[in-house]
Amino acid sequence: MSAGTAQHARRAPAKGRRSRPGSTVPAGRRSGKGARRGTWTPWLYLAPALVVLGGLLVYPIYQLGLISFLEYTQAQVSGGAPTTFQGFANYAELFGDSEFWNVAVATLLFAAVCVVSTLAVGCALAVLLTRVRAIPRLALMLAALGAWATPAITGSTVWVFLFDPDFGPVNKVLVWFGLSGFENYSWTYDRYSAFALVLFEVVWCSFPFVMVTVYAGIRAIPTEVLEAAALDGASTWRIWRTVMAPMLRPILVVVTIQSIIWDFKVFTQIYVMTNGGGIAGQNMVLNVYAYQKAFASSQYSLGSAIGVVMLLILLAVTLVYLRLLRRQGEEL
Amino acid sequence: MSHSRVSLRIRRPWRFAAEATALLVAAVVAFPLYWMVLSAFKPEGEIQSTEPRPWTGSPSLDSFRRVFQQEDFGRYFLNSLFVAGVVVVASALIAFLAATAVARFTFRFRTTLLIMFLVAQMVPIEALTIPMFFLMRDLGESVPGVGLNTLGSLILPHIAFSLPFAIWMLRGFVKAVPEALEEAAYLDGASRSRFLWQILFPLVFPGLVATSVFSFISAWNDFLFAKSFIISATENSTLPMALLVFFKDEGNDWGGIMAASTVMTIPVLIFFVLVQRRLVSGLGGAVKD
Repeated sequence: MSAGTAQHARRAPAKGRRSRPGSTVPAGRRSGKGARRGTWTPWLYLAPALVVLGGLLVYPIYQLGLISFLEYTQAQVSGGAPTTFQGFANYAELFGDSEFWNVAVATLLFAAVCVVSTLAVGCALAVLLTRVRAIPRLALMLAALGAWATPAITGSTVWVFLFDPDFGPVNKVLVWFGLSGFENYSWTYDRYSAFALVLFEVVWCSFPFVMVTVYAGIRAIPTEVLEAAALDGASTWRIWRTVMAPMLRPILVVVTIQSIIWDFKVFTQIYVMTNGGGIAGQNMVLNVYAYQKAFASSQYSLGSAIGVVMLLILLAVTLVYLRLLRRQGEEL
Repeated sequence: MSHSRVSLRIRRPWRFAAEATALLVAAVVAFPLYWMVLSAFKPEGEIQSTEPRPWTGSPSLDSFRRVFQQEDFGRYFLNSLFVAGVVVVASALIAFLAATAVARFTFRFRTTLLIMFLVAQMVPIEALTIPMFFLMRDLGESVPGVGLNTLGSLILPHIAFSLPFAIWMLRGFVKAVPEALEEAAYLDGASRSRFLWQILFPLVFPGLVATSVFSFISAWNDFLFAKSFIISATENSTLPMALLVFFKDEGNDWGGIMAASTVMTIPVLIFFVLVQRRLVSGLGGAVKD
């Protein structure tokens, strides 16, 4: 893979800071450019991005917060009743509802299991990739890319079909292996097996990112370093622990944080696979819960309050991420 | 190369075990996609068989025919393609400009902006469905083409959501272009915009390809916004909605679902295979930078 070399080649020039002393560029020209640099041009380049992000990200976040403090139901949306400021009443209602806590805990646990499984599978397969020759490696790479490329909605429908109680092959195979309890077993009926089914799909479509990224990271470790360690008599485990793991840490941080973010806001899979949140809402996660509150029962304020809670949780994750980056001495 | 990988070389029986495992895992990972395509080609009677077989004796195009006869399916497909295409192009151009600004200029608030882009990546797009809904409703009253029930209401949010990550990723690629090249270009009398579009842009193109994979996928996969924003103008629906038609109370039309899923997955698969190499090296670079 060329990732390693490309990386080094790309990073090298950054070390040569701008306006090297030996440069042939005339001083006047250079300082002139420097002067212009600090002024308008970067803002001109940034303008479209800032307009889009301001209008379609910052403003909606502000609106989300605002609506969560208002009384906003179908009556207010259609203009039939005035919107009134409710203070923290919506939050009080939300936090007083045991269903909310149920869903919140389920979301956190489900996301945690998804993240741990995805990372374990992804990292294990990345290591496996470094141990095999070209053909098995290519086969695994291509299969993983296929899973990665599959849209969430089609992945969801296919996995539901694989586990269909009547027509799916999975139950048949399980019965064939002697697990007769799976004869016509409905995976979506029970809360935990329904979550397990979604978990399989989520791991299936998100381990490839982890695998490919970690694999690229392992390949980027210079072989001389590993060789030197091996010559010094270090065991495989020792090499992993003291040489490879520290060098892979930045990559592991990135894939962990990305997985947390993705798995925390799973929507399509839950919605499609458990038909809108499972029987009696048993498979609801915060996302689906907010959607159902807002668009199914027109309680937009409550839906927004749930959205704010989600935002705050992810903001906390982001802050941890920033701290980790900073500690690694990453320059921004 | 192989002789230098001392520490990674493993003994022969173990390597065979590892390779067998890799092939087995590959088969398991590929199986759902195989089953999807297989089921799409199974004739109607066979797909409802309670003894499903991993092959079919008489492949048929019936399910695909049903899908394409589905009212407006072709239109939904084009809508999806249009939405994803506009999102890819627009976010690539906007992100390229912004990435150039933060990678090649020093100015006040630069670090603040970078942190904001990083934070923006984490915003759960699903949480913003409610305010986005009202924003699109209000925008639609003054700007035609972006309100509820229009494709614009699917395009705009996805541009916004793919931008922060695209800027972050492209930054590494822009940084990698040597400063000397820029100086040389100016020496040769190139204007700033000429340097930007005729020199920098082509050099950063591989990075744009890797970035566009992510924006394409986020737009192509969109289910939530299509479900929430396209309420009555069904001619402006996208593929995920067309898929749901085959889920029926009296029994799902699995042949139709699998055929529609196949049609929806193939463009992304092609896209992935085409950009595969660049994606992998792009990820390697972006992660490090």
